[in-house]
Amino acid sequence: MDRTPYLLHLADNALILGQRNAEWCGHGPVLEEDIALANMSLDLIGQARLLYQEVAKDRGQDCTEDSLAYFRDTAAFRNYTLLELPHSSPVVGYGHAEPDYGVTIVRNFLYSALMVLVWEALQQSKDKTLAAIAEKSFKETRYHLRHSRDWLVRLGDGTDESHRRMQEAVDYLYGFTQEFWTRHPVEEEAVQAGIGVDVSGLRVDWDEIVDSALAEATLRKPAEGGYVSQGKFGHHSEHLDYVLHEMQSLARAHPGATW
Amino acid sequence: MNEPTKQLKDWPLWEVFVRSKQGLEHKHCGSLHAADARQALDMARDVYTRRQEGVSIWVVQSSQIVANRPDEKEELFEPSADKIYRHPTFYDIPEEVGHM
Repeated sequence: MDRTPYLLHLADNALILGQRNAEWCGHGPVLEEDIALANMSLDLIGQARLLYQEVAKDRGQDCTEDSLAYFRDTAAFRNYTLLELPHSSPVVGYGHAEPDYGVTIVRNFLYSALMVLVWEALQQSKDKTLAAIAEKSFKETRYHLRHSRDWLVRLGDGTDESHRRMQEAVDYLYGFTQEFWTRHPVEEEAVQAGIGVDVSGLRVDWDEIVDSALAEATLRKPAEGGYVSQGKFGHHSEHLDYVLHEMQSLARAHPGATW
Repeated sequence: MNEPTKQLKDWPLWEVFVRSKQGLEHKHCGSLHAADARQALDMARDVYTRRQEGVSIWVVQSSQIVANRPDEKEELFEPSADKIYRHPTFYDIPEEVGHM
């Protein structure tokens, strides 16, 4: 089977969240958090690189990790929509959006709660390289979960204002996690080949992680329903265009540049 | 010490000690602000062990460290200046003794 669509889904998730979180570089709420976020961005971009390199190996010719990151357009990306959203609440216009650390933390928490389970399971993948990447990523993601869960509880169970903003962030982002559980032919094919993990089967464990953290943070879990995003099908929000434009513009203005 | 401080401006200062892979002891490597001990440990990890410096971290609130007064320097430290015989440089140390 062609494993590249599955690897691209995993890689795009890591790259887009890594790029998003890197926006805090130099703007973090405190110096220590600024560095922590940059560290985690580099973990994610490192995961994406390893996966893109595998895709490039399979595709051959002039496909490289750089061509995959910098020269694919929006519709070719297969990341969850959750990961491309800006660090601000839904009602703020993009151009003027003040980043909200609550949104950053809630997103990192919801995603890393999933990915600790995904990477843990992928260590059993029949694809030995993917299993090795999973082993490395699992350790990194455990720290990402520890970091975001810690802040989720601190801010949720913090002051009136931090509690209110965290609840808003949870209400805003939670619906986007429904995309985790929807089926996609690429994932199903990877599961059948013994390479991938059945994400919908991780739901119970994910709920447990999320429920216990939200309870500790005195936050309410929103009801499900409504729009189910389809980023992994290539149907993205308009926000991904901005992310990609910023990330890709340099490489496109100076193709093949080195330093 | 385990009750987090909520206001950012009130976050206490912590001193960070890291033991490296080769090192036998924790060495002071800097300080940072954090709301409580657990957060100080995490932040120390992020700020001071990014280049594989560490295998173990200690943090202690700076206010808990007792230090001598700078003006006590003469009486505390100068008396040892002329007692070079306290350095074990006059002995040959057998190889099998190893690290001292």
